[in-house]
Formats: sequence, structure tokens, C-alpha cells
Amino acid sequence: MVVRFAGDSGDGVQLLGAQFAESTALAGADFSTFPDFPAEIRAPVGTTFGVSAFQINLGARRISTAGDQPDVLVALNPAALKVNLPLLHKGALILLNTDAFNDRNFAKAHIAADPRKTGELDDYQVIEIAISTQTLEAVKPHGLSKSDAEQCKNFWALGAVLWMFGRDRDPIVQWAQKKFAKKSPEILAGNLAALDAGHAYAETAELSAEIPQFAIGEAPMEKGEYRSITGAEAISLGLAAAGELADREIVFCGYPITPASSILHYLSKMGDLGVATFQAEDEIAACCAAIGASYGGKIGVTSSSGPGIALKTEAIGLGMATELPLVIVNSQRGGPSTGLPTKTEQSDLYQAVYGRNADSPLPVLAASSPGDCFDAAIEATRVAIRHMTPIFLLTDGYIANAAGPWALPDMDDYEPIEVNASPATVEDGDDPSLALKKAIWKRDEKSYGRPWVAPGMEGLAHRIGGLEKDIETGDISYDPANHQAMGELRAKKVASVADFIADQTVEQGPEKGPLVVVGWGSTHGAIWRAVNQANEQGMEVAQVHLRWLNPLPKNLKALLSNYDRILLPEMNFGQCATLLRDRLELDVVQLNKVSGQPFKIAEVLDAIRENYPGAKQAAE
Amino acid sequence: MNKPLTAKDFATDQEVRWCPGCGDYAILKCVQKTLADVEANPDKTVFVSGIGCSSRFPYYMNAYGFHTIHGRAPAFATGLKIANPDLDVWLVTGDGDGLSIGGNHLLHVLRRNVDMQIMLFNNEIYGLTKGQYSPTSRVGTRSPSTPSGSIDSPVNPCAFALGANARFIARGIDTDAKNLSPVLKAAREFKGAAFVEIFQNCIVYNKDRFEDFVAKKTAAETQIHLEHGKPMLFANGEKGLKLNIQTLALEVVDVGENATPVEDIFVHDETNPAVAQMLINLPMQGYPMPLGVLYRNPAESFDDAFWKHHPTQGKRTGKVADALRKGSVWKKN
Repeated sequence: MVVRFAGDSGDGVQLLGAQFAESTALAGADFSTFPDFPAEIRAPVGTTFGVSAFQINLGARRISTAGDQPDVLVALNPAALKVNLPLLHKGALILLNTDAFNDRNFAKAHIAADPRKTGELDDYQVIEIAISTQTLEAVKPHGLSKSDAEQCKNFWALGAVLWMFGRDRDPIVQWAQKKFAKKSPEILAGNLAALDAGHAYAETAELSAEIPQFAIGEAPMEKGEYRSITGAEAISLGLAAAGELADREIVFCGYPITPASSILHYLSKMGDLGVATFQAEDEIAACCAAIGASYGGKIGVTSSSGPGIALKTEAIGLGMATELPLVIVNSQRGGPSTGLPTKTEQSDLYQAVYGRNADSPLPVLAASSPGDCFDAAIEATRVAIRHMTPIFLLTDGYIANAAGPWALPDMDDYEPIEVNASPATVEDGDDPSLALKKAIWKRDEKSYGRPWVAPGMEGLAHRIGGLEKDIETGDISYDPANHQAMGELRAKKVASVADFIADQTVEQGPEKGPLVVVGWGSTHGAIWRAVNQANEQGMEVAQVHLRWLNPLPKNLKALLSNYDRILLPEMNFGQCATLLRDRLELDVVQLNKVSGQPFKIAEVLDAIRENYPGAKQAAE
Repeated sequence: MNKPLTAKDFATDQEVRWCPGCGDYAILKCVQKTLADVEANPDKTVFVSGIGCSSRFPYYMNAYGFHTIHGRAPAFATGLKIANPDLDVWLVTGDGDGLSIGGNHLLHVLRRNVDMQIMLFNNEIYGLTKGQYSPTSRVGTRSPSTPSGSIDSPVNPCAFALGANARFIARGIDTDAKNLSPVLKAAREFKGAAFVEIFQNCIVYNKDRFEDFVAKKTAAETQIHLEHGKPMLFANGEKGLKLNIQTLALEVVDVGENATPVEDIFVHDETNPAVAQMLINLPMQGYPMPLGVLYRNPAESFDDAFWKHHPTQGKRTGKVADALRKGSVWKKN
């Protein structure tokens, strides 16, 4: 069951959706959310480009995406109806706020005639409610100004929807009390009155026969504790957890950018978990300060989105050259250039894998769901410290903001992150200074990580920098053979990550067969459901989802060679496909979507059908 | 008893690669000597630099050192000071590195008042890239990139620092260790961002650019060494600076019985930004070059404030396992 809330960006649609998701979580159903909002903070009221929406898919089975087509749309104004109507399937239920359906709003949304009268809504079940009037009536006793009173209409709509799904209002009341009590008791009272009024209206109004009720049962989930989490929050907690596992503080240095800022916000509240945050003067400074912190012995982390990552590039190269750990989180968004700041894309893969001056390989991994961001952040930090290298952790606008239930991990299940902080003694005759230099640059035989020596450590003073250095002593070196050796060392270091990571597995479907769907990052949910459905429909399709993009798992080529055809859906024009062709010399069929919107299950399923031998004919 | 430290204790085994006669040699020697004088601990001392001739400095200092990227040294140093506020951090930059590509970072490290010494070697030219004009080059500077003379107005480094709300601003001359060393000591003692402009002679691309006021023979007439609470005298006390109330500017006057009495000579107040403003903006012609500590007005340093305002002063008091369970958690049985 897919529900979509839509209204003006100032209507509180995101709050409405988030609270409905919270209520869904408490009711035990599985769910996945998709906040879909404009880049403008408060776009002109009533316009189509100011429409903000929140979609949630909920059910008593495993939910893997926010849903292809809404079954229910709550539209708070004509613009919201106009923008979202094309998404609905025929027969969907639409709740309209009739108070907003007037000529003025039609004009703002460039609607020629009242859609309720043109017949364009004939294929849908439409329920018309004067939500604004009802809200004003309900909050009247609380003495709010007209504009404040109108602002309560999201709570009114929430009340009505809660009734439709047979949900308890108490948790929402408790949440609102916490949120608004200090700010304004009047606004709290108004919102709660609107919530109750919406609920009562849906239950008792004369129209009640028209408002259907849905019973969504509990989803079968494994035993354990759950909470709802967004990707940004999970990354933040994962970084804090990595700090705990390494017993080192995290110094997170960021600069505001959509959609990555929320990581900075979350971490700013995690001081007690050994996290410090620094808002730098720009993206470059944020990266440099994080490297400075790593140089000082803390775990430096920086985060941004594509345009900001581009600015950090030179500093990342220095982190690599000086062999310091650094975690770089990229919450990818639509590009190029400023692009679509609030929309999602996976188009910074080239940037992460190939995008620096000179031969400068770095490990790259990607998180596949909001909850997975937690483990991905721990793994990224572990690799950065083990191999003493900057590392890219890719996520995107979709999973950064989307929420789903998350089985809480047991922190005892994670191995501590080992830090090699003291150089092994190297004997070098009578020259202690040379011996010290060699000790500082003596790299681990398996990971090529060097000891993490920080200023302040006694007797270990040394100099580092971006000039090419002697492979043994770290002194500046222009020696041709040495430069060749250093280049090879940097490549070997990143390749060696593959010796430590898990073998690639087949997530579902046969180990060998006509078709495998390979994905990476946030497309996981849509691919999972599509492959699942394809198998239910009798097709033998496998799913392989990559966590590691650089290096690729050692067994990946052999594993993928067991299939006749590889289909690769991704939200770019074929960047991972290029990578697989480049690194594994495999033939890949691309499925590219670059609309700023995540994949629909149906889109992946259609591509599976098209690429499945004989399936098309069988269907016809 | 350890034997006293000498400049040699702060030298490294690396061959110094500046041009023969470069002012950087004198500064290097002066810094090494100064650190020996104050018995600095090399293990707690870090030199951070950007890119340019001056930025090779860390390789030649027996201390920790980080040669970073062009213009960004202040950002690296800020992250380092956050990670370990106990370190004694020295930033080495130049007019191109600090005021052109890195102007933004210099602004922010100064206004944040991050505790470090910032030595800006000003030679009014890009040396390492072979002589292009820099943001401090005077109008009309002929260089490979400005064959008919530069046209843009230069930036005054100390005026930039004052505008950025720097709390310590000083000036020195590369070859004048006698006066530069006390300035560096004062900068090191200052808790906060201490900005020191050092006039540095680029022997190859901008030779003797500062000769007007650097030349030893005429130094008494062309330099004024400022001391807090003392009248602004120079030329062996025969001249001084007097405040003209009408123009709110300092004027050069003769001092003596038949001229201006010494009581009327303006007294240096290093805590007064208006005084610093007047000194920094003295015209080049007809006035002595103000040297020494021009401004010193302490305030809480960024690194102190950073950890003071941190929710747990940097201590790990919570557990992630508990943090995961904050908010609404439900159980599936």
C-alpha cells in the first residue's frame, strides 16, 4: 500500500509523512519512505515547482522501495494534485483539500479549469474535504492567528489518515508535546486539536462511508529490536561506532550542502560519543581540516555532495600521498554542476574511482539502504585506518533522506578497529635519524598501511608532504625508479583491500543461469523486489549487489561469468557498467535512469523481461 | 643537566634548496635560534606550510612538519589544533600562498583566532613559478605575466589581518634577527592566531625590493620599532610620530627642545586597533616602516573555545549501543 502526501513546501508535508511513518513503525508493518521536495525553502505558494511530497510504502510483507505508484494521495492544493496525478494508478484514492480549489490557486498552478469538473478525475475515487475550514474551526478555541491556525492543517490531515489506518494517536501526541511544548503552548494545543478533529471527522462525518479504512498487518521480520532510521542518521551513528571501535575520536569537518548537511547536523549532537564537528569556511577547508585532524591522530571525516567533492579533490590527493586515513562521504545528487540538489543520482562513481589528477587510486564502497549506511560507515573507517588511505563512502539523496525500519545491531558483534600507532624499530647501523625515517615509513606487508604517527609523539618528529617521497625514508625524492615504485605501491595498497573484504555473494536467485541483475548503492530495494517478482513469475534471475566498487571483490568475475547476461540498472548513464567492462572485461547490458527519481520496481522488471531469453514470447 | 639547545638542534639533515642569498635562509636560522632560546620541544612543535618557496620551510626544521597544498595550510593547521590543542603550531606561508589562492583560509584562521604563529614571507613576487607578480606587488610591477606592468592595487598583509579581526599583528625583516626574534617569541607566547609579516628578499626575481627601509645604513631613519607604552620615536630619538587631531593620522615630526617635545609624541598602545590601523596604513614615502608588535589584543582562542563548548569537553561518555536505542524502538518477537 503506497500513500503519498503532497502540498506546498510550507505546508508541513514532510512532518506529516514522517509522523505517519513513525506510526507505521510502531504498528509493526514494514515500510520505506521517500521524501521528495524542491530545492527552494519556501517556493511561491500554490505553484507546481513549490510542491513538496512524502511517499511511504507500507505492508505486512518485506518492503524494499517507497513504491512505484501511490494507492492514496493526499493533495493539499491544486498544484499538488496536478504534479502528482500522473503518478497514480487508475482507481487510486485521492483526498482533496477543497478550500484550496479556487481560481486563484488554479491560476498559480497554471490549471485552466477545475479538475474536479473536467472529468480528469473520473478514474479515481475522490474524497473532497474542506480541510482548511475544518482546521480553523477546530483550533478556534486556542486563540491562534489565522496563519498559525491554517498551519495546523497537516495535523488535521494526519488525524484523518491515522483513522484510515486504524492507528493510535498517543505516540504522535507525545512527540508533539516534546516538540512544541517549549516553543508555544498555543501552537501545541492547536495542532493537537487539529489532529483530534481530523481523526473524529474521518470517523464520524457524514462522508464517512466514503472514507475507506485499511488494515495493514504486522510484517514478518526477524526477532529483535527495531527503529526507524534515515541514511544520514545511520551514517552518523556508524561513524560514531567506528570511533568507539577504534577507541579514537571522530573529527568531522563539513560545509553546508544539500543533501549532505544532515550528517553534519546529526554528528553535532553526538559529542558524548567521542565526536567533534567543525563547520569550515568552504569545502576545501573542510577536507583539509579533516586531514589535519587525521594527521593529529584523530579520525578525520569529511562529507559533501558532488560539487563539494570536486573542490576537495586536490586535498584528497594529499591525503593519499601522505598515507593518512580519511573518510569522505559523498551523498550524491543530480548533476552535473549545481544540477538537482534535492534529487537523487548515482553519477559520482567516476569521480570517486577515477576522478583525481595523476594515478591516484582510492578504495570506494557504497551503502545500499538507510540501515546499511551504519555498517558501511564502520567498514569505510576500518579500511581507511588499516590501509592508511582516504576512502570514499558513496550514498545518495534517496537513502540519505529515506527511512525504513532497521534491526538494531549488537555492538559486540563488531571486531575492534586496530590502530597501528607505533613504528617498529628498524636498525640502521649508526644512523638513528635514518632508522627513524625507515621505521615511520615501514608499511604493513599485507595492507601497506604505515604506522599512524602523530605530532606530539615523543622522539618521532618527521616531515611529510605532497612532494614525491623516497619509498623507504620519506625524504623528498625525484628519483625516476622511486616514483615508479611509489606509484605501484599506491596501486597495490588499494588492490590489497580485496584481500580483506568478503567474497561477493548472490543475494537471491540461481548461482548460474540466463540472467543476473547487478546493482550497487541505493538501487538495491527496487532490484530486490523486481528480481523477486521475476522469480515468482517463473524466470530464473539472480541478484548480485555490490558493496565494493574499488577494488571489486576478487571472485566477482568468476561469479558473474556463470550467467549468460548481466543487466545493470543504475541512476547514471552507465558508470558502473564502464567499471565492470574496464576491470573485468565483462559484457554488460545497461539500464540507465537519470531523472532525479529512484527506480520503480516495474522499470527494472520490464528490463528483466526484455533481457530474459524467451520470456517476451512466452508472455505474448 | 642537558646542555642548552642551539639552532643546530632544530636543523634537519635535508639539503636546503633555496637560491643562494635568499632571505629564507636568514629567517630559517632566526626561527631555529629562537626555538633553541625558548627551549622548545621539537616533538610538540609542528610546522605547517602551503606551496611556494617559503613553504619548503618544514623540511628544514627538526620538528614535526607538514608541507600541504597551495593556500590551504591554515585549514590543515586548524584541523590539527582541534585534534591536539597542546601542539605548538607554526604556519609558514607567502604572499601568493597566503593572500592569493589561500586568502579565504587566512581570513578564517585569523578571525577564528586559532592558536598558532603565522609567518607570512612577503617578497611581493611569485618565486617558485619564476617571477610572476603577486597580490602584494606594487602597481606597475613588470613580470613575465605583466610585461607592461601590473595594474591591480596590492593588498597590505597587515591591513588584511586587521580587517580579518586578527588579535596579534607584527612585522619583521628577514635579515634583522635581532628584532625579528623577539617578535617571534611574542607571537609564540600569544594564545591565538599571531600574524607576523616578514619582509623577505627574493634575490632572483625581486631583488632588494625593500631596500628603501631595509638598508642598514639608513635603517635608523627608515624604520620605527614599536614598543607598547613607549613614545613612537625613531632616528635615534630625533624624530617621532605625532597624532594630528584634525586628520586623525600620524605625522613625522622633529623631536627636541626647539621642536616637538617628547611628551607630545604619540605613545604606542598595542591593544588599540585604531592605533594599529594608523601604523599599518602609513604611506611608504616620507614615513618610517613600522616594525615589531603593532597590535596585540588577546581573546579566547578557537581551540580553547572549541573544546570548552563541546558537549562533553571531548570525552567519550556515552555508548553507541545506547544511542542507537534513543527515541522510539519497538520489539519483534
